[in-house]
Amino acid sequence: MSVTTHSGGSILGHPVKRTEDRELITGAGVYTGNMPVEGALHAFFVRSPIAHGTLGDIDVDEAKGMPGVVAVYTAADLELNDRPGLPGVVPETMNRPLLAKGKVRHVGDIVAIVVAETASEAIDAAETVFPDIEPLPAVTDIEAAMADDAPLLFEGTESNMVAGAGTGEVEGIFDDADVVVKAKFHNQKLAGVPMEPNAVVVEPGENGKLTFWASTQTPHGLRDQMAGDLGVDGEDVRVIAPRVGGGFGPKAFAYSEYSIIARAAQKLGRPVRWNETRSENMLSMVHGRAQVQWVELGVKNDGTFVGLRATAVGDAGAYPAIGAVLPSLTQLLAQGVYDLPAIDFTWKAVATNTTTVGAYRGAGRPEATQLLERIIDMAADEIGMDPLEIRRKNYLQPEQYPLTTLTGANYDTAEHEKAADAAKEAAGYDALLAEQKRRRESGDRIALGIGVGSYVEVTAPLGLDGEYGSAQAHPDGTFTVMAGTSAHGQGHETAFCQLASSVLGVPMEKIKLVQSDTELVRSGAGTLGSRSLQTGGTAIHNASQELVAEAREIAAHLLEAAVEDIDHSDDGFGVRGIGDKVITWAQIAQAAEDGSGYEDGRGHEMRQELDFKAGDSTFPFGTHIAVVEVDLDTGFVKQRRHVAVDDCGIILNPMLVAGQQHGGIAQGISQALYERVTYDEDGNPTSGNLASYTIPTAADLPSFEVSNTETTTPLNPIGAKGIGESGTIGSTPAVHNAVIDAVSHLGIHHIDMPLTPETVWRAIHGANGSDPATRQQAGPEYAGKAITEDTPDSAQA
Amino acid sequence: MSDKQRITVTVNDQEHDLLVEPRTLALDLLRDELRLTGTHAGCEQGVCGACTILVDGKITRACLMFAVQLDGCSVETVESLGSPDGTMHPIQRAFSENHGLQCGFCTPGMLMVTQELLRREPRPDAETARAAIAGNHCRCTGYQHIVASVCAAGRAMSEAEHQHVDRQDVEHQGARA
Ligand code: FES
Ligand code: FES
Repeated sequence: MSVTTHSGGSILGHPVKRTEDRELITGAGVYTGNMPVEGALHAFFVRSPIAHGTLGDIDVDEAKGMPGVVAVYTAADLELNDRPGLPGVVPETMNRPLLAKGKVRHVGDIVAIVVAETASEAIDAAETVFPDIEPLPAVTDIEAAMADDAPLLFEGTESNMVAGAGTGEVEGIFDDADVVVKAKFHNQKLAGVPMEPNAVVVEPGENGKLTFWASTQTPHGLRDQMAGDLGVDGEDVRVIAPRVGGGFGPKAFAYSEYSIIARAAQKLGRPVRWNETRSENMLSMVHGRAQVQWVELGVKNDGTFVGLRATAVGDAGAYPAIGAVLPSLTQLLAQGVYDLPAIDFTWKAVATNTTTVGAYRGAGRPEATQLLERIIDMAADEIGMDPLEIRRKNYLQPEQYPLTTLTGANYDTAEHEKAADAAKEAAGYDALLAEQKRRRESGDRIALGIGVGSYVEVTAPLGLDGEYGSAQAHPDGTFTVMAGTSAHGQGHETAFCQLASSVLGVPMEKIKLVQSDTELVRSGAGTLGSRSLQTGGTAIHNASQELVAEAREIAAHLLEAAVEDIDHSDDGFGVRGIGDKVITWAQIAQAAEDGSGYEDGRGHEMRQELDFKAGDSTFPFGTHIAVVEVDLDTGFVKQRRHVAVDDCGIILNPMLVAGQQHGGIAQGISQALYERVTYDEDGNPTSGNLASYTIPTAADLPSFEVSNTETTTPLNPIGAKGIGESGTIGSTPAVHNAVIDAVSHLGIHHIDMPLTPETVWRAIHGANGSDPATRQQAGPEYAGKAITEDTPDSAQA
Repeated sequence: MSDKQRITVTVNDQEHDLLVEPRTLALDLLRDELRLTGTHAGCEQGVCGACTILVDGKITRACLMFAVQLDGCSVETVESLGSPDGTMHPIQRAFSENHGLQCGFCTPGMLMVTQELLRREPRPDAETARAAIAGNHCRCTGYQHIVASVCAAGRAMSEAEHQHVDRQDVEHQGARA
């Protein structure tokens, strides 16, 4: 590897234990909800119980007189700028009023804020606020929102379409195909469900200054958004993210609640806090996925891919923002890991009367993998080829890299066969096939299914490939490093100090990571899109190298030697060949501060900072194999095994990487088998708490068999790619394919996710192949089964 | 709202005489009044387990219990683990050594469930550990490292116990000789 270390970098690549843990296992971790802020008031929001309606008068009189109530505000009382969804993409007509004005657009839309001395007083008062809402027809499903006669969410628009683009049509795309398989997939809406919901405390200070403690993944982004909403200078806003109880993407979003609370705090001149309840969280925190996809894949009889044609329509929710462009990431990765000769892809985003859609672990990329990996299995089934073989036949080969795909992704490096072979070997693939055959022949009612998912994903996407970092040496022999990333469970305090330690040649305990505070850290893009190590880590790595270079110069000056003759060791800096005199880091930092270390004698703190820019995203990849059992009598799916080979480039800390793989896999499995955000026909959420929205427990999941291949990337000096989202992206199609494989001998070609017992049971019984909730969301013509071009009747098979 | 009630409750070996509103949750009493903020709220309706405490040694959801119901009870929270001198409890050590936590939000609940499990089942196998933590949600870890942590804690504690017993045996025999 190309990491520069003074002594071989012995700490790199080791499962160094986390320095974060002590605080978190003693209950001393300070999350936003525990942040003691003197005199803080409590806020609670009055939300629309109606999905779509005209908002009339809001009766707040009773609430204002309730015990402990300090203020009740509606849109008319608070000056807040409407927020543009995504400038340049989302039309201005779809700007978001932070407090509802004239209309409500989803259940949970904010109508008023109540501020009281205690949280219970705020809740009591909020219950007496009565908004007069005249219901309008609501639209919660993607296809219905696109229909000509769809109810429109926004005035001044002619349709609910938000954005869209495509590759352009490819003439004769399937001319060389022997078979074209067609399908319609529904990639269901998911909720991120970090175990800590949103939380914020805003404290107004001197001269209009505002300090936010917020449960966020992106402190600097939140600062800028708050400044925009409130019409103040970014410098007057300080955002601090204390311990954050999970994020997974949704906490990269700046919530309107935060701006409203800030305005209330400004008006009242007192700190205001809000701890979101889980029921609010399920309505307010951005959701993920939510796409309908129409897909066609042309193949030759020998398995060679000929072309892919697809349309993906994403649900952007009620107030389109980043969700409006996530389907473009689906297009970006539409080629997957395959040597596809032609792609015709169209993407669109549409507004619906549902919770706004944003980034959730994978954000646009799992949808691409799911689309490809499902249709490939259908093609394999159609031509009678083994799923792993059809993939191997079409993988891009290492010598084709680097390459620009047909949809414009600049793939850096990969060895797909290596990862697939490792997964095949670890799974004992051939033995599994034999066992499946045995069960089928013996009429076993517990069917075995084996599913493969090969993926590529883009990390540090959407221009997020640059990051700020710094390294500073102190005269007491300690060091401070900073990065603009903001960890919330990933273990950056450990990983980044590990990295700095190897470059500086000092023990990790001497190094402190400062992050997640916009006043201390100059700039930052936060932690999202699996970007942190490759950008923030690299920035710290490079700043540490520059600090070593500066130390050499100071040492040379102090030792009256040439810089080239200075040796850097664990003990400090000395002159090569003259072993006895070594200057320590502490002495060097002291000399820097008092000026004795420099020619001009001008002292300053010894600190290097820089902005690292990779120039492009990296593309991790891998193959997952899932093994499931399906009870043919009940439709119940039990996952038995999950084998994952994920390549995230060079590994810094294998323990942290395994943790990311595990967590990602759990969420990916969960999309395949358990989770789905649902609404009734009036737009009322029917999965609004953790009893109805089922995230898996330990009893639902198998023990995962994870490993890695390591293919370096030239895009950063540590050779690292992202790992945060890989597990999620690879696992969903593997599990999905495994379940379909288990029942494929019954003539079933596809069932939409989540593969709940009812869904699978219905498919087995031919009852239209899906459960009513799936059909309601995915649209009326949904059949749930593959249709091949030449045998249209096979849908009824 | 209504008249406050007097309760006496022992929390982490410390007795408290408190006046509480009848509708105050045990969770809020711990977090807001006693400032024991290690106990977290993840759902407020008994599903996630982030608020798990032990009441008279039994696993309890602090979000599903009123503070007044704690009258006369003995409560253990995550803050009871480890010694005041900073020495970590073997369960805490096992979670750290086995990467049993990421964001740490579910962790106090997981630790308390483990505490209860190991008291009645000192050497759980992976399956037992998995079943024991199945009432607690973790969104970060996929549970595998938590299961490993629980088993490792059991091993560490029973080994320490054995060594302790062995030592006692030796001392005992020594005294007899
Ligand atoms: S907060 Fe008590 S179980 Fe979730
Ligand atoms: S460690 Fe984050 S929820 Fe368990």
